[in-house]
Amino acid sequence: MSRDNLAFVRSHMLPEAPPPVAETGAVKWLRENLFSSVGNTLLTLVSAYVVVRILFGVAPWFFNGIWDSPSLSACREMLDGRTGACFAVLTERWNQLLFGFKYPPDLYWRPTLAFVLLFVAAAPVLFMKYLPRQMLIFTGLYPFIAFWLIWGGSIMVPIFALLGVLLGAFVYWRTLTISAGVAVLAGIVAALVFWWASRLVTAPLGDVLALQPVVSRDLGGFMVNMLLGVVCVSLSLPFGIMLALGRQSRMPIIKWICVVFIEFIRGVPLITLLFVANVVLAYFLPPGTTFDLILRVIIMITMFSSAYIAEVIRGGLAALPRGQYEAADSLGLDYAQSMQLIILPQALKISIPGIVNVAVGLFKDTTLVSIISMFDIVGMIRGPILASTEWNGVYWELFGFACLLFFIVCYGISQYSQWLERELRTDHR
Amino acid sequence: MTTISDPPKASFQLSMLIYDTRFRSYTFQFIALILLMLLIGYLGANLMKNLSDQGQNISFRFLQDPSGYDINQRPIEYDSQSTHLRASIVGVLNTLIVAFLGCLTATVFGVVAGVLRLSPNWLVRKLMAVYVEAFRNVPVLIWILIIFTVMTAVMPAPNAFRGENATSSMLFDAVAFTNRGVYVPSPVWGSGSMVVVLTFLASIIGMFYYRRYATKLLYDTGKLLPMGWPSLVILFVPSILMYFVMGQPISLDYPELRGFNFQGGLHIRGSLIALWFALAIYTGAFIAENVRAGIQAVSKGQTEAAASLGLRPNRIMNLVILPQALRVIIPPLISQYLNLTKNSSLAIAVGYMDVTGTLGGITLNQTGRAIECVLLLMLFYLTISLSISAVMNVYNNSIKLKER
Amino acid sequence: MKKTVFLGALTVAGLAAGASAAATLDDVKARGKLNCGVTTGLVGFAAPDANGVWEGFDVALCRAVAAAVLGDANAVEFVPTTGKTRFTALASGEIDLLARNTTWTFSRDTDLKFDFVGINYYDGQGFLVPKALGVSSAKELDGATVCIQTGTTTELNLADFFRANNISYEPVPIETNAEGQQQYLAGACDSYTTDASGLASTRAAFENPGDHVILPEIISKEPLGPLVRHGDNDWGDIVRWTLNALITAEELGVTSANVNELASAPGSNPEINRLLGTEGNLGEMISLDSDWAKRAIASVGNYGEVFEKNIGEKTPIGLSRGLNAQWTDGGLLYSPPFR
Repeated sequence: MSRDNLAFVRSHMLPEAPPPVAETGAVKWLRENLFSSVGNTLLTLVSAYVVVRILFGVAPWFFNGIWDSPSLSACREMLDGRTGACFAVLTERWNQLLFGFKYPPDLYWRPTLAFVLLFVAAAPVLFMKYLPRQMLIFTGLYPFIAFWLIWGGSIMVPIFALLGVLLGAFVYWRTLTISAGVAVLAGIVAALVFWWASRLVTAPLGDVLALQPVVSRDLGGFMVNMLLGVVCVSLSLPFGIMLALGRQSRMPIIKWICVVFIEFIRGVPLITLLFVANVVLAYFLPPGTTFDLILRVIIMITMFSSAYIAEVIRGGLAALPRGQYEAADSLGLDYAQSMQLIILPQALKISIPGIVNVAVGLFKDTTLVSIISMFDIVGMIRGPILASTEWNGVYWELFGFACLLFFIVCYGISQYSQWLERELRTDHR
Repeated sequence: MTTISDPPKASFQLSMLIYDTRFRSYTFQFIALILLMLLIGYLGANLMKNLSDQGQNISFRFLQDPSGYDINQRPIEYDSQSTHLRASIVGVLNTLIVAFLGCLTATVFGVVAGVLRLSPNWLVRKLMAVYVEAFRNVPVLIWILIIFTVMTAVMPAPNAFRGENATSSMLFDAVAFTNRGVYVPSPVWGSGSMVVVLTFLASIIGMFYYRRYATKLLYDTGKLLPMGWPSLVILFVPSILMYFVMGQPISLDYPELRGFNFQGGLHIRGSLIALWFALAIYTGAFIAENVRAGIQAVSKGQTEAAASLGLRPNRIMNLVILPQALRVIIPPLISQYLNLTKNSSLAIAVGYMDVTGTLGGITLNQTGRAIECVLLLMLFYLTISLSISAVMNVYNNSIKLKER
Repeated sequence: MKKTVFLGALTVAGLAAGASAAATLDDVKARGKLNCGVTTGLVGFAAPDANGVWEGFDVALCRAVAAAVLGDANAVEFVPTTGKTRFTALASGEIDLLARNTTWTFSRDTDLKFDFVGINYYDGQGFLVPKALGVSSAKELDGATVCIQTGTTTELNLADFFRANNISYEPVPIETNAEGQQQYLAGACDSYTTDASGLASTRAAFENPGDHVILPEIISKEPLGPLVRHGDNDWGDIVRWTLNALITAEELGVTSANVNELASAPGSNPEINRLLGTEGNLGEMISLDSDWAKRAIASVGNYGEVFEKNIGEKTPIGLSRGLNAQWTDGGLLYSPPFR
């Protein structure tokens, strides 16, 4: 054997071979993600079977759906034995599902407008960085506008309510130098006194710019769920912060009041609190006092969610490094300043996912009011719609619709909170 | 401040109550206490006034009166002549039954879904994500109603099982799915069955001892005893032998269609199933997220270290990942159990006779004792919550000690 | 939104507290509306129609009281109540009058501190079963599944009936009539039990009412009547005598058609004259004007008209007068005289 024969010098490059079929593109993806092992292949096949079964079951039902028919029996006739949904119940009872059966039909534009404005009002809070700060003014005004739109009545009531809030805030800022506790108390007292006094003025001005009033009892449908959700979450934030701070307080009595309140509320199911609102609360009010069921429910749900939000915020406060508190002290800030400028902004930021979870949970829990004979969307479905002669027996379309509404809102909120978490992340990971 | 040039005066001024930090906290607490007492006094006075106006009083004597109503699911002896107190206890037991079943099933759903959400299989991963998102984002009340509707509107009536050309038939001639619930065979404990049960209990203890012995042997000598099949043998063989020795004392009572309904066997009512599964699936979705977060909280390095030791994937999961993940998983898991128990009060929506249905429902309606009933109801849930929280605190402290 | 709600609470609480000390009649007059508790929906007795206007037998009584007191039969705020909330709503003053087919019982009248002011419907508890079940008597229901509305006297009667006959049953508790109807139609229970009138009303809402029968046994006495809070006898008198006015009007042949004519001048029958205020001063004695009964009758008609219009044989409910006929026709309706 001569050495020449052994020598090998490549004179030209081989053409680049494509990777094996099994290692590229869709095939590779399939192999890695679906058929990597025997067990995995089995799992894939089983899940694919389940998906196909569900799709084949639901698709004809969905696509054969009848959207226009006066009653279930008419709809069944139109379907003529085929599998198909009777979505006609949704179109026929659309307004009932959204607004309840007693809200005056010619006033539907008012809650609708309030709903649209909700987005305008929420936007500057939700996308703080991207929208001008001035829009926050509208957010502050929104509750009063929404109240006026939904309940109607004289515009003087919300205006004086707003003035009361402003006065309370003014008093709070002026007394803040004394102490945070004094300021909160003084602010609340000032607002209460103002509202009490303003009744004398609003009563004679009852018909200034008055929209047709609607009593709370006439509210219904998904509107009630939205209303309770939005009102109670926004109300429970300030209460939750106060309770959380109270629980962290060094003053034992205040601390224990907060602890007992929080643990009590968290220990009982919401439904028992709603029973309280429904059948017991009246005993604890001055004889002859009655106020709306919806208002009683708002009070109870707000108490409920305040306790949960307080726990979330307490977690946030506890997670802050001790150094932040000490740094605030070393700058000579007093309690109110250190809380407002240093501690709460950071603690609230940490608590955002938790607060959103509570808010989503609370929004879902608003369906419980159907159990105490309020006609929210579940109450409407179970009561007036399913009991009517025309639509007795339509279940899936109605429940599916309710599921869809809740899913859209809750999923939307949780996606937003994930986005916000990424947005607020200030460490450089 | 000016403390050096202007030493604090000994004399006490009224303004110091607000401006002097030493006294301020006392002032506040005093004010808070007064306000609280005023509030309680105000509410209490209103209560007394209202009650006396209506000529009523607060009294728990009604608990001793005959209830007068029947309950369909009775874990203990109860009829319409029993007292309201007994009706409440039946309700409490029913709550505990559904809570126990629900927690068990929710854990299974949650762990399976949570682990599968991290599976390398894309399709399974997506399916589980759909499950979690779909169930987490829709109110549990709607799920309860949907499953209840499935149970009542889709399942065949007992009548469909009747006659020559019945449209429905029982599964294995033993299980009947009807729109009134599911009927399954129930065991009948004959004489001597106690011995079989005791043997089985002893086998369980024996199995644990065997496994401990095998582990100890492995650690001491490195000798590996088989684990799987001997455990099974120890668990079942003695009991089965004893079963035949005692002359087959345990038999099954099969449900049978007699009269309007199936008779015999165990009747799991539609309301229980609806509540049980809805709570389990709903809570399972939350538990899945907890499990996923727990597993992801274990750092990747742990998996790699275990793999570099030559452990196989399922051993890595069992020996390295899960023990560490459990620490993160268990506290939220327990609070999910608590939520499930509280959510079981939604039983009232489907007519399941839990404590909210008996004490907070029918007893309240029949006696009109709203304050007393709601108070007792709250106390019950509060006791459960606080005792579970106490257990959780003990657990949290115990795992804290191991941290270095 | 936090402060508005507070404000609402305060204004409402303040307004209500201001008026709380006064009697119910003054409250109603000050408010300009009568708050009347009704069921959440039982066709024929009280249910909102397609436009949300409440209609029915119990509703008519509310309207008659409103017409007598306020002069406007539409000045009524209907408050839907369930079996659970009805008594609390009345006790707390949320409603002035409960007209929700409520059975007059000893304990409700005494222990719960309410005053039943009369009976507007003599009822009894019955059973509704599908014809296909082949049952002809309630005593054949051994082992049956029975749907029952919780929080009602029917629940207690049911337990008593089955215990007395020593047969077993499986109760399925439900919260509202609507649910009971769905469960029954789905076949989740063999039989649905409630007041016979309620059964007739429920059956009328079925797609095929003919497939279902009401069993002949009536297992209880259920005198249904309006009730008010204990202690305000003046208000109780007004409701009681409005009801009696409707019953008497039928007895005397006063209808919504001829009431205006009869009230224009004193006629030959002195009792009609006293009833319609053309003679004597009965209205004054209950703090109303002399036309009170005339307005009540003119707005809703006499008892017979109310019955025929809402639940009578010509309506889908199809109830016959039976016990609810005038005493002169062999029924139990017997109003004390207007004198």
